Amino acid sequence: MAVNSSFKNMTLCLLVICFVCSALLAGVNVLTKGPIAKAVEAKTTAAVTAVVPECDIVSNVQSTEFNGNNYNYYVVRLGEDVVGYAIETSVSGFGGNLKLMVGFNTEGVVCNTSVLECNETPGLGAKCKEAAFADQFKDFNPSVKALKVRKDGGDVDAITASTITSRAYSLAVANAYEVYKSLTSVQEEAPVAEEEIGGTDNE
Amino acid sequence: MSKLNLITKGLVKENPTFVLLLGMCPTLATTTSAINGMSMGLATMFVLILSNMAISAIARFIPDKVRIPAYIVVIATFVTLLQFLMQAFVPSIYESLGLFIPLIVVNCIILGRAEAFANKNGVLDSALDGIGIGLGFTIALTLLGIIRELLGNLSFFGWKFCQADGILAFVLAPGAFIALAYLIVVFRKVAEKK
Repeated sequence: MAVNSSFKNMTLCLLVICFVCSALLAGVNVLTKGPIAKAVEAKTTAAVTAVVPECDIVSNVQSTEFNGNNYNYYVVRLGEDVVGYAIETSVSGFGGNLKLMVGFNTEGVVCNTSVLECNETPGLGAKCKEAAFADQFKDFNPSVKALKVRKDGGDVDAITASTITSRAYSLAVANAYEVYKSLTSVQEEAPVAEEEIGGTDNE
Repeated sequence: MSKLNLITKGLVKENPTFVLLLGMCPTLATTTSAINGMSMGLATMFVLILSNMAISAIARFIPDKVRIPAYIVVIATFVTLLQFLMQAFVPSIYESLGLFIPLIVVNCIILGRAEAFANKNGVLDSALDGIGIGLGFTIALTLLGIIRELLGNLSFFGWKFCQADGILAFVLAPGAFIALAYLIVVFRKVAEKK
């Protein structure tokens, strides 16, 4: 230890180290900013295209307010026509937030769902990511079937020993459906009446 | 001490996980699968090698009384750098390790090696020490991950060889303690014989 621990030395030493480190990190930040943004974008695009009908254009993220919560959603188009919507919803599961991406076609039928964030128990609740559970939401029509687990009088088969996760998953899809209805009733004025009939059926 | 010795002592005699029992938090938490354990080990090794080298190079210029804050700043810099790189190029691994990447900053193995080895030895020796201890840590985490994944999920590095359910407890927290304890027993028995 050659350097004396005087006040001047200590201050100078920490100052220099902090300065060099910040400069280094600033440089790396500039270099990796692009790839990070690209990775995040590729991930959302993949998540969106996995849950909606065939499409070639995914809109930028848009956001809407429904029942006091903000929901992010994406509109997908095939050529000029809108072919579906992908809506992000987040509910509390058993072990924290359960975040889903739910895709709808233009008739209000769920095309598919995918899990974006899941902190459920591995081997129990985390099975909600597996096809055995998640595939029952493919082509699920919420206007004729109820988005609740069978125990609560609905049409969703719960995962054994993970009713809370299954309820949360169903609730997330149900929320997405409500958002979908509010979106389509604003954007297209004519089918409002129809949508409302569909909505009361569901209650 | 020969150069080769510097590396091998981290594997057996001073294995950070099985002998020194350091860095238990990431060891227990991230080894739910073999690939997670291995990535965590490699990430820690990356930071350990770089911070060992940097600290051994600058230790002479750091006044004794502020050495700990100085080391922490250096380590935190490398961890943040690693975080940027992982987020950009291996986003899936970055996500599955989540919070444990930033927590490498306070991993006691890294600060421990800085205090115990890097600030008294040269750059090359410190790098070798980092490789040795880092490899020891990586091997330990990978082993633990393999065992927990095998018993808990009946799969090996994500390859599921049997469709039945495993013993769930091994993927959860209690299984981490049980598997680690048995690994330590086996490791000590083997190391004693040598």
